[in-house]
Amino acid sequence: MSVAVRVIPCLDVDAGRVVKGVRFGSLRDAGDPVELARAYGEQGADELTFLDVTASSAGRETMYDLVRRTAEEVFIPLTVGGGVRTVDDVDRLLRAGADKVGINTGAIARPEVIADIADRFGSQVLVLSADVRRAGDGTFEVTTHGGRTGTGIEAVGWCARAEALGAGEILLNSMDADGTKAGFDLELIRAVRAEVSVPVIASGGAGRVADFAPAIHAGADAVLAASVFHYGELTIHEVKEALAADGLPVRMPPQKVSP
Amino acid sequence: MKRVVVLDYGFGNVRSACRALERVGADVALTSDSAAALDADGLVVPGVGNFHACVAGLRSVGAPRVIDRRLAGGRAVLGICVGMQVLFDGSTEPSPHPEPGLGEWPGTVARLAAPVVPHMGWSEVEAPGPSRLFAGIGDQRFYFVHSYAVRDWVMATPAEAGSGVAPQVTYATHGHRFVAAVENGPLSATQFHPEKSADAGLALLTNWMETL
Repeated sequence: MSVAVRVIPCLDVDAGRVVKGVRFGSLRDAGDPVELARAYGEQGADELTFLDVTASSAGRETMYDLVRRTAEEVFIPLTVGGGVRTVDDVDRLLRAGADKVGINTGAIARPEVIADIADRFGSQVLVLSADVRRAGDGTFEVTTHGGRTGTGIEAVGWCARAEALGAGEILLNSMDADGTKAGFDLELIRAVRAEVSVPVIASGGAGRVADFAPAIHAGADAVLAASVFHYGELTIHEVKEALAADGLPVRMPPQKVSP
Repeated sequence: MKRVVVLDYGFGNVRSACRALERVGADVALTSDSAAALDADGLVVPGVGNFHACVAGLRSVGAPRVIDRRLAGGRAVLGICVGMQVLFDGSTEPSPHPEPGLGEWPGTVARLAAPVVPHMGWSEVEAPGPSRLFAGIGDQRFYFVHSYAVRDWVMATPAEAGSGVAPQVTYATHGHRFVAAVENGPLSATQFHPEKSADAGLALLTNWMETL
């Protein structure tokens, strides 16, 4: 009777287009996030995450339109992150149709914005996204700029503080594991799980179907991956089958014809 | 075509609810206008965030009276998420401006007692056999996101329920059992988000539309 492990594909979006190449055979336009979102929905994705990597403000306007079109077509939860700094940013994304908003650097710069957002919209809309790397002394450090810049902030304590301020969920991205396809950073997941009681999404390092269940056993509630899904190396369904074979609850919607 | 009003009072990601209802064949209007809300074949009351803020928002657009008048006429109302919670007597959720609930059903909304809260994700439900909302989809998972819920359904008899039919109560479990949906004559509600529950959610909305 427990809640299903959520399997979440993440799309990096720049000025309305998917950044990383996507190899889905029959899509008309594999760079269109809306079409990809629909395809992932049909594959059984439990949520979607858009990470806006756009630098220009014109590109940001494109993102709102994109969120609007996605929310009108895909009836699963949508989280949007990237460049979120203020209550107004959150308001615009929610109005466009996002269900949750991820905040990362904006919260590091001004942690009180977490409380401002939670007070206005409720904790359930706010995902604290933490890009974490291992420091030399065995602790974990929060980073910015895709893991290249250290902040000196200890990551586990930061997640706990974010929860106390009102974050409703933690997206825990291991910058060490990211791109390695060698599995999630289980120690990091365990350390954060021990200190927070909001849901934890594990991210970074997924390479094989067997990588996902250990992240859940380490304490994650959901798993997020990007390239392994986009490049067709793994399907949502395969990942869920592996989780189910491990005895974990998953949502298995009736299979549709593959996109 | 059935006309459905989604009540617009500043709370809830209503875009998805509107489009999901359109997808299952409704003629949808998003409005706070009482006359339109009274006149529609079905009224949907969304809601996210703080219970008390939602109740205050509903009162500011005259929604409690609209809901009462619709129910008195046997006309369908569907509450979603906090739009379900507000139908009960009250909530223990903290607020600087506490408000009583609409009191359509007895019971108090209280914080979930579970190791991980919010309850965020897809859960199974225990729907009673005669349920119309869950007809054909009682074995599906639905998408929940909430930290508070009604633990016990306390309204027992058809007479108490104000109609000739006993209320159908559907439960889900997160840490403990809680009320996931209620069908009580013209008044229905779900703690989960049918508009975010993929095909299962669309099927539930279709089932609701068939009652209009």
